[in-house]
Amino acid sequence: MATPTAIKASGLVKRYGDLVAVDSISFDVEKGESFGFLGPNGAGKTTTIRMLTGLSKPTAGKAELLGLDVGSNATRTKGFTGAVPEVSNLYDELTALENLLFMGKLYGVANTERHMRAEALLELFRLQEKRDRPFRTLSRGMKRALTIAAALIHNPKILFLDEPTVGLDVMAARSLRKVIKELHDQGMTIFLTTHYLEEADILCDHIAIIVKGRIVAIERPEKLKEMAIKEQAVEFTVSGDASTLVEPLAALTGSKPIIVNSSTLRCSGTTNRLLPHICRAVQDAGAEIVSVNTIRPTLEEAFVRITGLSPTVMATEKGGK
Amino acid sequence: MRDDLRGIWCIIEKDMKTYYSKPPAISWGIVFPVTWVLAFYLRNPVDFKGLVPGLVAMTALFSTTAAEAVVINFELRLGSLERLLLAPISMMAILLGKILGGTVFGLFMSSAVAVICAILLNIHMDWASFFSILLPALLAFSAMGSLLCLMVREVFEAQTLLNLPRFVMVFLSGVIYPLEAMPRALQFVAHLLPLTYAVKGFRDASDLNQGAPIALQAMVLMAFFLLFLFPAAKLLSKKFE
Repeated sequence: MATPTAIKASGLVKRYGDLVAVDSISFDVEKGESFGFLGPNGAGKTTTIRMLTGLSKPTAGKAELLGLDVGSNATRTKGFTGAVPEVSNLYDELTALENLLFMGKLYGVANTERHMRAEALLELFRLQEKRDRPFRTLSRGMKRALTIAAALIHNPKILFLDEPTVGLDVMAARSLRKVIKELHDQGMTIFLTTHYLEEADILCDHIAIIVKGRIVAIERPEKLKEMAIKEQAVEFTVSGDASTLVEPLAALTGSKPIIVNSSTLRCSGTTNRLLPHICRAVQDAGAEIVSVNTIRPTLEEAFVRITGLSPTVMATEKGGK
Repeated sequence: MRDDLRGIWCIIEKDMKTYYSKPPAISWGIVFPVTWVLAFYLRNPVDFKGLVPGLVAMTALFSTTAAEAVVINFELRLGSLERLLLAPISMMAILLGKILGGTVFGLFMSSAVAVICAILLNIHMDWASFFSILLPALLAFSAMGSLLCLMVREVFEAQTLLNLPRFVMVFLSGVIYPLEAMPRALQFVAHLLPLTYAVKGFRDASDLNQGAPIALQAMVLMAFFLLFLFPAAKLLSKKFE
């Protein structure tokens, strides 16, 4: 039996005048899946999320959530989705608890349940001690956590996260990713946009790479990496000067090794074939191997290979709050 | 429908709690009308009674529009308005929540000014007629405020933009100068302004009665409300395209 689809985008297009922000994209997200939209700033990630959450009308195409057309059922689809915009935009004057209770009330959560869920969410995001502090006084990480908590107050079936960890310090980002992973493990469908390759790699079952409004690849992270790198690489460090090994290794393996530093080289090829050649070359040079590592392909390499873009375009920080 | 009603109530309740004590709401919505009332009273206490309907109408205008600038533009700037749009309620319900928030603020202010003036100056007020004018007037001013506030982003921009119609109306709608004393062309312009009907209506509700039918003023004010409401809804929708 086919797994029911949680999110279905069919030929979604969004134009702003002459600018095509999203150019006919289609994809399916299964129930319980964590789906990542990966792309540089301005690629069309936020525009896509806005169309899927019913905030913005597509110029063409259709978005469906749990089989319901978002365009004609926006109020219903909003009832079972939670959305976290890129900016942490709760109410400055309300306390952490009041913000959660207000959102619960807005979504029609019954009074007792609303209070119970608000307390549970404060605990999940480790914000119990800040429950009576106004939103404006919280740190950026706490604001982000509370904004995600607010999107969960009505126990949504699908959670949309737009750049959930942008602008956060390493610890706050790690902590949030842990909670997102927990939500996914509990069976929630998660759709997240990110320009952090590592985040997409850790959190997503499937990744769509979007560049200039078009999807250039949709695959599992492992598959994307395999697509990018057909051969493995071996990096090894020797006791002496590694540069003397470059020519002999090139002759033995057929490809020139990369000098990583004065004592470390990287060779490309299959591990089983490379190791005997490396051992022989090192022995002939009278040196000793200090360490050997097999280099696995990274998502960054996959991204570069697939999009042709430099990974630095993804490292550019967005101005999150 | 039930979701929309719940949403409207949530927004009014939250706006009252969050924004009514904000400096722009206090300065333009409370301090300014009170200062005007006092200034006119101190200048000419004898003829002050005749100015009361106009000053109540002016209080309604300033308090509602000041509140709209706060409840709409603070949220536009901080992005909180988007949170409401993500909730399972219609865009019209969100806008009505915002408009009614301003209406409630204006209701407190205008009623306070009217009750205090009626007691101190011994004005007999037909309160049923008074509120049947006050409510549509507040709705019309609040909707006008929301329409103008949605055209800009910052609170100070909204207050500046609002001052144009506010001051034009204060001078042309019979608040200070009687309509009858104005040139014909200005009288014509005055009848295009909602404040004119509020001033007339409040006069009719007091013992300063001019004899015009109160229902007519109320209906015209409701028509102004609708006239401002629909473009405001369109503008809000366009803002989040």
